[in-house]
Amino acid sequence: MQMRRNRKWMGLAAVLAVLAMLAGACGSDEEAVDDGLFRIAVVAPSASNDLAFTQSIVDAVHVLDGVDVIDITDGTFIVADAAAAVRGYAEDGYDLVIAHGSQYGGSLQEIAKDFPDTAFAWGTSSDTFGLDNVSAYTAASDQGGYVMGAMAAVMTSSGVVGVIGPIAVGDAKLYVDGFVNGAAAQDPSVTVNVNYIESFSDVALAAEAAEAHIANGADILTGTAQMVVGATGVAAENGAKWFGTQSNQTALGEDMVVASQVYKWEKALQGIVNGVKNGDLGGSAHSINLENGGIVIEFNDGVDAGDARAIGEGLIADIKARMVDTGA
Amino acid sequence: MTDFFTMASLVFVVGSGIRLATPFLLAGLGETIGQRSGVLNLGVDGVMLLSAFGAYWTILETGRPVAGLLVGLGVGLVMGVVYGVVTVTLRAEQGVSGIGIFLFGLGMSDLLFQKKVGTPLPIRGFGDWHVPVLSRIPVIGEMFFQHSVLVYLAFLLVPVVAFLLNRTTFGLNVRAVGENPAAADSLGVSVARVRYKTILLANGLAGLAGAVLSIELGIFQQNLTNGQGFIAIALVYFGAWRPVGVMGGALLFGMVSATVLQWKTLGLVSGAASSLTAMAPALLTIVALVVISRTVGQPAALTRPFERGR
Repeated sequence: MQMRRNRKWMGLAAVLAVLAMLAGACGSDEEAVDDGLFRIAVVAPSASNDLAFTQSIVDAVHVLDGVDVIDITDGTFIVADAAAAVRGYAEDGYDLVIAHGSQYGGSLQEIAKDFPDTAFAWGTSSDTFGLDNVSAYTAASDQGGYVMGAMAAVMTSSGVVGVIGPIAVGDAKLYVDGFVNGAAAQDPSVTVNVNYIESFSDVALAAEAAEAHIANGADILTGTAQMVVGATGVAAENGAKWFGTQSNQTALGEDMVVASQVYKWEKALQGIVNGVKNGDLGGSAHSINLENGGIVIEFNDGVDAGDARAIGEGLIADIKARMVDTGA
Repeated sequence: MTDFFTMASLVFVVGSGIRLATPFLLAGLGETIGQRSGVLNLGVDGVMLLSAFGAYWTILETGRPVAGLLVGLGVGLVMGVVYGVVTVTLRAEQGVSGIGIFLFGLGMSDLLFQKKVGTPLPIRGFGDWHVPVLSRIPVIGEMFFQHSVLVYLAFLLVPVVAFLLNRTTFGLNVRAVGENPAAADSLGVSVARVRYKTILLANGLAGLAGAVLSIELGIFQQNLTNGQGFIAIALVYFGAWRPVGVMGGALLFGMVSATVLQWKTLGLVSGAASSLTAMAPALLTIVALVVISRTVGQPAALTRPFERGR
């Protein structure tokens, strides 16, 4: 009796498997959509509302002109999943497919060759792989880092500032380098401890890194990438101030976040969209910075930064006027 | 390097190591109970994620950490019932079922987070509890007696679980079912009932581990556990299926992680060395696993479904 029941289940499983394969086979022949609408797809590693890297691109694509359809696949922290999503969007005939993460570069390089008539964009990077259908975008995050590093050097009482980084690549490294240089330029006596935890997603380790900074005397912290939500909790618990980057992070602590460097990727993406519409599928690199308005420092009026705010505003003006070298 | 060998540095490393070890310990203790009865649950991480979200959302809505902790426990128990039905009643293959539970937890916790919360907002947990008198002992007090109440709870469970497994009739039945379920069955022990109980305990503790994680961090995020459930399973092997051994493994993992963090914070390692040291906890665990697996045998019936007469 048991054997018969098992056979029945196995038979049902086999039928379901065949149906699934047939459905898959039908799906792969799907025709690309051609209805005159301009379609953008975004593939990004973390949640759309992570108050950091992914949210910055999601916010940006929603304010672009001339875009009719926007599709987002977020949470693809596994590169293979992201690659499958990018390829799927290309097969479905999207006009511009954005792979938002420097870890996606290798996959995109392969996929873009298979779809020469589809435009791709990826960041943060300035490498287009020599392909005419790939645009690259990056952020001069060192600029905001420099401004906020200088502010932190003015505000610290202990003379120690802590930085939590993910992996020393891309805009994360630029931001950290800019922050360190800004603090050193403002006050060389201030110690800036940097801790790259070698992960973009380990919230618990980021929190412990913040604890390490606090234990070593830091009263001001900053960090970049989506795992910093763990560190902000530690900062709040210990009365430390926080400088944010990528998105406005004031929601993580209205009496803690002094200022946030906010990415306005639309300043780079609008040019890419316009180019695609005019038949230029890519081949160039785009950068957002303070000067072109792609990077904005948003101050939190809920925190009294004292003299630091004026110093920060002055540095923003100087960087825009190219009077300051961030050294990154 | 002299900066590292200071009392303040030592206090941080030990305190941080204990905090980092806590979720591993809770999940590892639960998995130990399960594996001693012959049930492997690779879905620990998924259960932790669902419970972490449940606890986080409850506190966000009610402001009550105790309610969050109970919800986390409850979610773990519910997932235990599901896993019990799948692996004990339906006798499904444990490895694949566990992976299914993990993937379900990973996806569902993120879906619920996106639908119910959206932007991550901080919550307030229990805060640190300074144990009267003991917390005032110089150095020792700061290292061991100024933690969250959840940390003490996790470490107090070590002797409780050890007693349960080694000094009670229930524990005897668990071990018998894990070593030779047919023999246990012939002596009148209900293998299914014992395994249901151990699965509920294991998943309940995994649920607590997830709840502790989100409550202590004061936040929830997609894939918050970052694979901690899988490390907890490895620590069960590391600890040779004994609660004290699992605690040792969790503490070693936590202490090495904390040491590496402190080195990096003090600028003692940088560049490529920084990346290499980040792998140290995992490498140490693997080395220990290889050594231990050569000397200690796993429960004989581990991963084997039981069917009377077969």
